[in-house]
Amino acid sequence: MNSTSSFQNTSATGAVRRANAETFAPMSARRLLALGGIGLILVGMLVGDIFAVFVLHQNAAKVGESLSVAAHAAVAGDANAVVGSVQSVGSFLENRGTKVDTHVHMIAFGYLALMLAIVQPWVALRENTKKEVAWIFLFGAWLLPVGVFLIHYVGLAHSPLEAIGWASIFADLGGLLVILATLGCLLGIARRFRQSQRPALDDVLLKDRSAAGRILLAGGLILVLLGLFHGAYYAAADLYRHEVLDYSLLSKMSIAATAKNAGVVDTALGEYGQLAGEKAVNIAAHAHAIEFGLLAMLLAFLQPYVRLRESWKRNWAWLLLLGSLVLPVFVLLELRLGLLAGGIADVGGGLVILALFAMWIGIVRYTGEIDAGYVSMGARG
Amino acid sequence: MSAARRLLIVGGMALALLGMIYGGWYAVFAEHQELDGIGRSLAASFSAAAGRNAAVAQRALEQYRKLKYDYDRHVDVHGHWIGLAMLLMVLGIGLDRVSFSEQMKMLLATALVVGSFLFPLGVLLETLDHGSVPRALAVAGSALVIVSLAGVTLGLLRAETGK
Repeated sequence: MNSTSSFQNTSATGAVRRANAETFAPMSARRLLALGGIGLILVGMLVGDIFAVFVLHQNAAKVGESLSVAAHAAVAGDANAVVGSVQSVGSFLENRGTKVDTHVHMIAFGYLALMLAIVQPWVALRENTKKEVAWIFLFGAWLLPVGVFLIHYVGLAHSPLEAIGWASIFADLGGLLVILATLGCLLGIARRFRQSQRPALDDVLLKDRSAAGRILLAGGLILVLLGLFHGAYYAAADLYRHEVLDYSLLSKMSIAATAKNAGVVDTALGEYGQLAGEKAVNIAAHAHAIEFGLLAMLLAFLQPYVRLRESWKRNWAWLLLLGSLVLPVFVLLELRLGLLAGGIADVGGGLVILALFAMWIGIVRYTGEIDAGYVSMGARG
Repeated sequence: MSAARRLLIVGGMALALLGMIYGGWYAVFAEHQELDGIGRSLAASFSAAAGRNAAVAQRALEQYRKLKYDYDRHVDVHGHWIGLAMLLMVLGIGLDRVSFSEQMKMLLATALVVGSFLFPLGVLLETLDHGSVPRALAVAGSALVIVSLAGVTLGLLRAETGK
């Protein structure tokens, strides 16, 4: 009896190990999603950093200049110049908006890919189907941001539609593929719930309690909370005031232009630029604190697959959290300290990218020792 | 998988899908039209100012204000539904590390899912009704998310410190 039970236990353990061994094998769905997800986040962050350094401030200055030209053309009574300048404002805003959207969607899809990687054992689909779903997800997750990035350059050229160009159409197709792949995973999870005799999961990612994982999880949760508190404070104290101010400053410009009062127009333009800066830094600080917190929490679960020495894993975890705190704090301080704070915020972003890249290398180096049931003996930092 | 974990993961994925479908619909059917409208109304206002027609300029700016108000909220709803959905999924995955009873975890999970759905919904309803009900819904939803997330953080720290 005992030997039978022991044999059954051994078989069951073997089955679980075999099941687990499949979960992070090369080109498996989980590995594709984990590496693809971190890759998306890394590229999205690099795009964001390049955008912040080379485009954001220059673009904001051009928007301000064009608005100023429009307002002064109104003072001078030149309606044609007004229309041309407002169109320039629209073009600069579209340039800015599509680049922000590229950055945001790449990172968001990267997070979703990491999450889907972690929940893969709960997705009751054949491994081949899971792989196909993962490829569809990753294809869509790249197609959407690339399409969005090209919107500004492709415009409405050769488009069959009146307001939407080819780049937008491909971006929307990318979004549809991501939706379908996510829906596929959700159906797989629902299918597992319906199975009456589902085997218990023995997933090493969920059991891990390493120091690096705990640091990332607790630090990430605190960052998310700080971001939510800041967002709530901003919404309560400034959001509606800023909206009223946006309208009233434009109204002031328009009335002053009608009365040919260039001095008042200039004052209102200055205040409008200040307001735009205030809104931008508050929203950026809120969004980045929450996004970096989520990233830290996701990476906490993937630590068993990061093949680096424990001390190095802890160092990279702390570095990621440090960068994640520095960026939003110094983005907020930009209004007081100017470009110095902006530079420090960029360094914070760089620290996050560096730590994330190190973890990505660690995951690429992972050769399957945990899945195979061996204790890692040869991991090097 | 515990019921609370299931609620967070399945609820999170469903909310992410809702946010994506909403974002897709908005990008195809509303965003470009709204942005065009914002540009047109701003141009019309300054053009009217150039023609010394203050009344037309103000009417156009009023149109700009309405469109900008709706545009900001539509984008926020898409971003917040998906962002909160991802938070729900991550919390679901890590829920076994939270040192609370299953009942308490279920309560926190329910509050998180309900709050994450209601908060952006309230913001979306603000585009249809400028009264206090949508705003109250958004505030209540966000408060639910923050309070329950603080509870989860407390449970995690309890587990870390072994209390």
